[in-house]
Amino acid sequence: MFGYSLSDLGSIVVMQGFSGLSLFSVLLLMALGLAIIFGQMGVINMAHGEFMTIGAYTIYMIGKVTEQYFPAFLPYYFFFAIAAAFAIAFIVGYLVEYLMIRHLYRRPLDTLLATWGLSLIMQQIFRSVFGGREVSPNLPDWLMGSWSVSDTIDIPINGMVVMVVTLVVTGGVVAFMFKSRWGLKVRATTQNRVMAGAVGINTNMVDRMTFAVGCGIAGIAGAAFTTIASTGPTSGSQYIVDTFLVVVFGGATSILGAVASAFSIAQAQSILTFFLTNAMGKVVTLLVVIGILMMKPEGLFASKVRK
Amino acid sequence: MNTFYTRWLGGRQGSMGIAILALLIFAIMPMWLDIFRLNLVGKYLTYAFAAVSLVMVWGYGGVLSLGQGVFFGLGGYCMAMFLKLEASDLTSTAHQTTPGIPDFMDWNQITQLPLFWEPFHSLTFTIIAIFVVPAIFAYIIGAAMFKRRVGGVYFSIITQAIASILTILIVGQQGYTGGINGITDLKTIHGWNINSSSAKYILYYFNGALLIGVIMVCRYVLSSKLGRLLLAMRDKEDRVRFSGYDVSNFKIFTFCLGAMISAIGGAMFTLQVGFMSPSFVGIVPSIEMVIFAAVGGRMSLIGAVFGTLLVNYGKTAFSESFPALWLFLMGALFIAVVMFFPNGLAGLYEQYGSRLAKLWQPLVRRFSKAPAAVVPPPADTPPSPPPVVRKLADKPVAAEPLPEEALRTRRPA
Repeated sequence: MFGYSLSDLGSIVVMQGFSGLSLFSVLLLMALGLAIIFGQMGVINMAHGEFMTIGAYTIYMIGKVTEQYFPAFLPYYFFFAIAAAFAIAFIVGYLVEYLMIRHLYRRPLDTLLATWGLSLIMQQIFRSVFGGREVSPNLPDWLMGSWSVSDTIDIPINGMVVMVVTLVVTGGVVAFMFKSRWGLKVRATTQNRVMAGAVGINTNMVDRMTFAVGCGIAGIAGAAFTTIASTGPTSGSQYIVDTFLVVVFGGATSILGAVASAFSIAQAQSILTFFLTNAMGKVVTLLVVIGILMMKPEGLFASKVRK
Repeated sequence: MNTFYTRWLGGRQGSMGIAILALLIFAIMPMWLDIFRLNLVGKYLTYAFAAVSLVMVWGYGGVLSLGQGVFFGLGGYCMAMFLKLEASDLTSTAHQTTPGIPDFMDWNQITQLPLFWEPFHSLTFTIIAIFVVPAIFAYIIGAAMFKRRVGGVYFSIITQAIASILTILIVGQQGYTGGINGITDLKTIHGWNINSSSAKYILYYFNGALLIGVIMVCRYVLSSKLGRLLLAMRDKEDRVRFSGYDVSNFKIFTFCLGAMISAIGGAMFTLQVGFMSPSFVGIVPSIEMVIFAAVGGRMSLIGAVFGTLLVNYGKTAFSESFPALWLFLMGALFIAVVMFFPNGLAGLYEQYGSRLAKLWQPLVRRFSKAPAAVVPPPADTPPSPPPVVRKLADKPVAAEPLPEEALRTRRPA
């Protein structure tokens, strides 16, 4: 098959599978935030990619500061930086909701245009502050190595760390949505806004927190992103279409759906890329996704919420 | 004559709008601008085709297509393929390994003209293809989505993904499409040099005439029963469906019509600018076309043209002097149009234009007495759009949720 022996093929699948896992982590973290914002609130946040870029630049900044003032702290700063990335994206998201999004509920197509405008402004801010050139944070040494399983298989450590972070965040989101008081309020507001308000839930506050948390998770996605690529002003916008497809393909409101679709899209893309060219791998993957969506518009895991 | 006046021109108000636009395009611009600037305006006017198509698809059809650049690009590429084949005749490509094929194919070690390029030797086929290829493409997308009642946000996201796929495909298949540089070095059309000054003037006028023709066709469609059904569908789709109409077919028709209009714009773009590249196909140009329509007013065909001219004038003026500032301004424009002027320039005109008109009234009455006596009916039977526009403009925030609410409930459950 394609002129490779069976054991070569096995190694290729494992290696590409692991590089797919890094893509999977970024896509999943982006999609989780977007699934909360789009699935629960019906807001199309085209600036979601820029919240990811905020997270990535936060890591870069904190890396710089640590390197300059606390060099001894360098091996450990990454985990604190992830928390900071979440916090900063959360605060910006909170402000954006307060200033803009809350005036546009019930007009989803208009949120699309307004947040696109926001993304243009944010990109230009990044360009003015950090310059047009791509930057990479100074990552700790232990993160950069790789683990040789056999002669032909090398597994990068950063991919595995990012994977663990992703799993923790996904678990956190599931717990937040299904086990916490806040999650209960969010789900109640999604299912029936008027009744949720009638039983005393402050639905405006729920919306604001939901949006901010979604943006914060995009910030964590930015942290994951820094380990696989360098950050530029438009890094985030390159992921936005893929992320929306992941969310729609997974069934918009379902977190399980987001996990499954992010996994299948990332893996398909990563493995196809090896056999075809980079561009064709992506084209084939996206075409298949669109084809499936045309046959099954509600996505893989449709929720049974009555609208 | 009477149907022509009320339906194609849109009655008194509509024909005034067209007259002003025609005056601007055919008389004021050419007198005021040199050939370089006029060519630039001609380029903007080709974007106006896409903006007009978005008024039809988004404003009246109620579905926001973020893939209008795809159709613009398809039209443009069809035209560019014909021009490129004419530019790559045997004598001018004699130095290539394989003479007679476009230069970028030669660079990519392709030794034979691909089969789908073959028919573009014929101008007749090319002109037919400019209309038919985007229409078929739009039909496939539209039928697959609207028949399954996919609408609103989902439609936007999927059309956006299609725009992204097509760009990746064009860039990736360099040997067949010219890659990221696009199809360049276009020279003649049946021996007529399109880069000469006189040709630029002729193409500019031809483009303007086509644009006004397209606006009149749209007026005609909107004043027909179909136009009324579109409005009804946008407001309460389920009721139209329950009345026994097949809603999806009307949407597919509008989407295909919009695709063809955009494609004409793309073809005229190639002719006037002299090249076509994937940077006019992807996500960014597609969404910029939406902002042209939104600035002009999503319910106004003429407004879309003015919106396009205004935004592009701003873009050119600012990116010449303050390139960094332009993106801020463009972003702010998106936000401001959506939050404060949901009906764009046309909405502002509706709000404040009537006050202006009152000042003019005595003058207008004196001059229009005679013609008003000859054709009285149009004043009493206005075509469908104006009353609705006025109603929306009075209470922009309160009236707007209706259509979007309808879209939202249509989310597949």
